[in-house]
Amino acid sequence: MTVRRRRARTRPPAALVPLAVIALTFLVLPFVALLQRAPWSSMGDLLGEPLVTDALRLSVVSALAATGLSLLGGVPLAWVLARTEFPGRAFVRAVVLLPMVLPPVVGGAALLFAFGRRGLVGAPAYDGTGLLLPYSLAGVIAANTFVALPFLVVTVEAGLRTADRRYEDAAATLGASRWTTFRRVTLPMVAPSVVAGAVLCWARALGEFGATVTFAGNLQGRTQTMPLAVFLALESDRDAAIALSLLLIAVSLAVLVPLRDRWLAA
Amino acid sequence: MLRADIGVQLGDLDLAAAIDAGDGEVVALLGPNGAGKTTVLRVVAGLQPLDRGRVELGGRVLDDPATGTFVPPAGRPVGVVFQDHLLFPHMSALDNVAFGLRARGVGKVDARSRAARWLDRVGLADRADARPGALSGGQSQRVAVARALATEPQVLLLDEPLAAVDARTRVHMRAELRRHLTTFAGVRLLVTHDPVDALVLADRLVVIEAGRVTQHGTTSEVARRPRSRYVAQLVGLNLLHGTAVGEHDVRLSSGGHLVVADPLPAGEVAVAVRPQAVTVHRRRPEGSARNAWEARVVDLEADHDRVRVQLAGPVAAAPATGPGDPAVLVAEVTPGAVAELGLAPGAAVWATVKAVDLAVYER
Repeated sequence: MTVRRRRARTRPPAALVPLAVIALTFLVLPFVALLQRAPWSSMGDLLGEPLVTDALRLSVVSALAATGLSLLGGVPLAWVLARTEFPGRAFVRAVVLLPMVLPPVVGGAALLFAFGRRGLVGAPAYDGTGLLLPYSLAGVIAANTFVALPFLVVTVEAGLRTADRRYEDAAATLGASRWTTFRRVTLPMVAPSVVAGAVLCWARALGEFGATVTFAGNLQGRTQTMPLAVFLALESDRDAAIALSLLLIAVSLAVLVPLRDRWLAA
Repeated sequence: MLRADIGVQLGDLDLAAAIDAGDGEVVALLGPNGAGKTTVLRVVAGLQPLDRGRVELGGRVLDDPATGTFVPPAGRPVGVVFQDHLLFPHMSALDNVAFGLRARGVGKVDARSRAARWLDRVGLADRADARPGALSGGQSQRVAVARALATEPQVLLLDEPLAAVDARTRVHMRAELRRHLTTFAGVRLLVTHDPVDALVLADRLVVIEAGRVTQHGTTSEVARRPRSRYVAQLVGLNLLHGTAVGEHDVRLSSGGHLVVADPLPAGEVAVAVRPQAVTVHRRRPEGSARNAWEARVVDLEADHDRVRVQLAGPVAAAPATGPGDPAVLVAEVTPGAVAELGLAPGAAVWATVKAVDLAVYER
């Protein structure tokens, strides 16, 4: 009954309905095709294969790590962009947004020139400590962070800009230091934006392909995440590719569905 | 004792105002919107640094650009009740009140028990766990007052504390605020654009118009002897400008003249006339009324059980500052009188006022 009442109140203009249906069909149809081709009988065995389990583990770990790193650096960066005035801020913001626009392969190549074996920073780092980012889990995380960080920064910056700064004034008059004000007033008040940004960031990292394959390679068990494994399996083992894809969809839905509208709309 | 000599340039606002307030005193900053009242509070709280001048509290300099002294807000013994109260929406009422104590280094348990005592004092012990969103306007105001006072400041600043409240609860909340204000011994500075708030809550008024103090004094002084058109309108008086001629005669800038009972100060004077003291007649009154003149009814306006009649004539308010603001004298009469005298826009009437009903003072 409540459904019917709501429907009556929010009935869309007639012209919009067919277009909305077409758009939705376009989005859903590929998933239906995937499900239809799924090798349901051998699914259990496929999902147990090391190729699949390794990729799942690497994907979840690297996406979570990238989200964590993005939160650590992205929230402060968003604060600086939202709250401070400095010359060239518009340029800095454009640079921050660049990885969102660039083909990820370009990002991966740029990462190689910076942190590769003979890279700008990578070479002295390798000579000094023997540490090497490419072709390692750390490299996957670096590539994921590089492409996903801007999503967090943009979302949190927007949240900070719309937050009512008078609450920060109130905190200051109550004796709070700038750090206390940030931690106990600003951050809790922009929490919806931080959550929304973190989810977008995580989703972007989970699907990352180009920068990862360029910078970290495609080594099963070391750097081969789910998207990489799917791409490889499509050539050799179609059933495994479908199983991997379905798993990826399940993981994504498990995160997206429980999020309420307000987190994503923030 | 608060001494603030404030010079701030902020966009269109050029604020130059000196404000003193003693301990135990409630000073109201009264003025139209955009006059700079709130900026005064922000300066005292340290949220707006001075361009020129000096802020001193109990002998301690808080802001003095000449010597480079500036105590940031967190270091000032100042409590603020903000417009809209600004309670932190993600904290309970108790945590809001405890916030200042926690920020100043009081331990969690101690801060919460002190906050609970403050909530008890404002009668909200049972709402300690409520989020600000679940509080009524009155409750939210009480939490805001408790939060501002919990850190035991020397100055309490209140920015339009009643502005967000509807007219009916306002009366009740004003009385309540008055009660809470009297329990605080320090300096209290209250910003308002409502003359009733100012008259009920304050001992002294400072009127700020366009960044300047145009009048200050005790509430009764300001209410009886307004110096600007703005204040005269707020307190409901006609304010006439004129020049003293002899001992009891005032030549008005609007052309007429009035005889006053009190001996006049020399030179430029202001004359305050209560609208109730102006009598309207259809014909020239007989007898000894020395202040009688011919006038024309410009407009009538019902005000509760009275009618305010605007009269154009040789006795009229000080020259209007803005266009479309005609120079008139307001008389207040009963609806019965309006009917009896046949008052309507354009009607020719006679007006009188007794010499003893005129308050005259230097301008």
